[in-house]
Amino acid sequence: MKSDNKLRNSSIGQTNAQPLLEVEDLHVSFDVRGGEVQAVRGVNMVINKGEVVGIVGESGCGKSVTAQTLMRLIPSPPSRVKKGSIRFAGEDVLKKSEKEMQQLRGGRMGMIFQDPMTSLNPTMTVGRQITENLIRHRNMSMKEAHKRGVEMLNLVGIPLAETRMKQYPHEFSGGMRQRVMIAIALACDPELLIADEPTTALDVTIQAQILEVMKELRNRLNTSIMLITHDLGIVADVCDKVIVMYAGQVAETGTVHEIFNNPKHPYTQGLLESIPRLDDDKSQPLVPIPGTPPDLIKPPTGCAFAARCKYTMDICTRVDPGLFECSSTQSARCWLNHEMAKEVHA
Amino acid sequence: MSSSLNKNKPLIEVNNLSKLFRVGKGRTLKAVNDVSFFIREGETLGMVGESGCGKSTVGRTLLRLYEPSGGEVKFEGKDIYKLSPSEMKAIRRDMQMIFQDPYASLNPRLTVNDIIGEALDIHNLAKNRTERKARVAELLQLVGLNAEHANRYPHEFSGGQRQRIGIARALAVNPKFIVCDEPISALDVSIQAQVVNLLKELQRKMGLTYLFIAHDLSMVKYISDRVAVMYLGKLVELAESETLYDEPLHPYTRALLSAVPIPDPDSETQKRRIVIKGDLPSAIDPPSGCPFRTRCPLAKEVCAKEMPPLIEHRPGHYAACHFAGEPLPSQEGIVSAG
Repeated sequence: MKSDNKLRNSSIGQTNAQPLLEVEDLHVSFDVRGGEVQAVRGVNMVINKGEVVGIVGESGCGKSVTAQTLMRLIPSPPSRVKKGSIRFAGEDVLKKSEKEMQQLRGGRMGMIFQDPMTSLNPTMTVGRQITENLIRHRNMSMKEAHKRGVEMLNLVGIPLAETRMKQYPHEFSGGMRQRVMIAIALACDPELLIADEPTTALDVTIQAQILEVMKELRNRLNTSIMLITHDLGIVADVCDKVIVMYAGQVAETGTVHEIFNNPKHPYTQGLLESIPRLDDDKSQPLVPIPGTPPDLIKPPTGCAFAARCKYTMDICTRVDPGLFECSSTQSARCWLNHEMAKEVHA
Repeated sequence: MSSSLNKNKPLIEVNNLSKLFRVGKGRTLKAVNDVSFFIREGETLGMVGESGCGKSTVGRTLLRLYEPSGGEVKFEGKDIYKLSPSEMKAIRRDMQMIFQDPYASLNPRLTVNDIIGEALDIHNLAKNRTERKARVAELLQLVGLNAEHANRYPHEFSGGQRQRIGIARALAVNPKFIVCDEPISALDVSIQAQVVNLLKELQRKMGLTYLFIAHDLSMVKYISDRVAVMYLGKLVELAESETLYDEPLHPYTRALLSAVPIPDPDSETQKRRIVIKGDLPSAIDPPSGCPFRTRCPLAKEVCAKEMPPLIEHRPGHYAACHFAGEPLPSQEGIVSAG
């Protein structure tokens, strides 16, 4: 197991892992007509330098809200950070002024959005959209920025970069546009890249190409990546650490091997059982997770997953379990990990 | 159960089907280009391919939602394109569709009762209001929804529940054949399994035949008896699903399968992935000869000259490639991000 982790070029195995991003007890709510939607309810996470961390969970579990709060991209109101702290390279992100944030965004923090069709400006050439960033954050001249832009397009695998710089987004295919997005996000060598479902809108063959690009970037530039996805296959492919979110909380976190080989939370187990695998025998029926996620205007007392869980005990509906430490790197928000709970065979 | 069904009898036969769209300036887009296959009674035929490969157009043309540009589709032996409007209306009872987007395919201004009941009205399947209501309640229960929810509007349901409403609407007329056009791609992982299990259960209970269109290859493998792979309007490979996934013959199928990330970190690290170069070419101006040759690691001169025909290489296993089954060059040779 240990040697495996090292193979994956992770900083987990190293003792001198430096935390780049530390999120502590983050609570984010949205004030809507029906009440207060508690989208994020006490999230803790650490991303070290050079680490790829996958965040998985169903729609509405708070993964995108967490990511956008990290970059302070969610307008307030309606959103509001109720509690908690976000430290990026030792500095408190939540205390920064909007001007300081603008320095951070696109400079030291880059973001790739889900939809490559709508996140580029259709009225500007691709070249201008890349160089804009460099001129602003790196004080480059037009000429230097152009040179760097061409370099970036080459890096993400866009052929004929010189010509492509002069073209508009509509002249690019979906996969190519997502590459442009990655090139823009990476132009200033960000220390942290937040990728929110970067391949969801793409076909599998193009997805494979984009994932290769991201892996190479991590290996070459030691960029930390926060990868939000609902595809467990992608997580297994590129991530070192995994954070499973459910109903605005961290349900389980651990190394990719721990999460896939030895999940400790019934929700993680359920997610893994509910997907058919290409290398599986299809005679086994799929095991869906019954029911739907809870309403976050009135989050349930006790464990948020209790209503859908097949192991629910008395205590689950009454008291929130909190995160149990299962190993130095794995923890799960489930009472089954309490020493008094009987061993459960999934 | 399906004992009365004859699994070998084709319910649908598609011969040389083509569908062209005019895109202006005298140009045409060949969305479906000379495609032939059949679907047996009671089976699920999976159809996969990248976006723009024509798989949805095949589904829609099969139901005559599009008029074909050429070829024929036989449903129980009758060519549906030769039917008069009234004959067509009668046969539509047997052929239904489940759509991809559960948010866009239900009329937001109708109650569930009317969404499902509309199908009954059109085909005069309910004599009066009580009978209609009873039938809707029965259908809702069949798809695992509460019959008391019939008076609600679509926005009051979650994505998975809406897809169940879409399924109930398709089932309202007791069809024999259903085209499922990406029925689960808009749903969350844990909900997808619920809907797939429901579709399988309904098939067992009612002896339905499915054309299951999707881009999620693992889900298609799971639900399908046979799988057809499309590329740029052409059918490039067709086989029993186990065979197709274990011994794919066409280089495109092999690349497509190897591009699917497998949810197991150990297998993934060891896996040698075939990453094919470039993007899908335009269907308005497709490459000469084999449509895949521009991205194919095996492409030789002959591929630019002749379109390889769909040949039965082994019993029931068809592939359209001049070099079907030949070993692919090592990964280093073809891996490229661009």
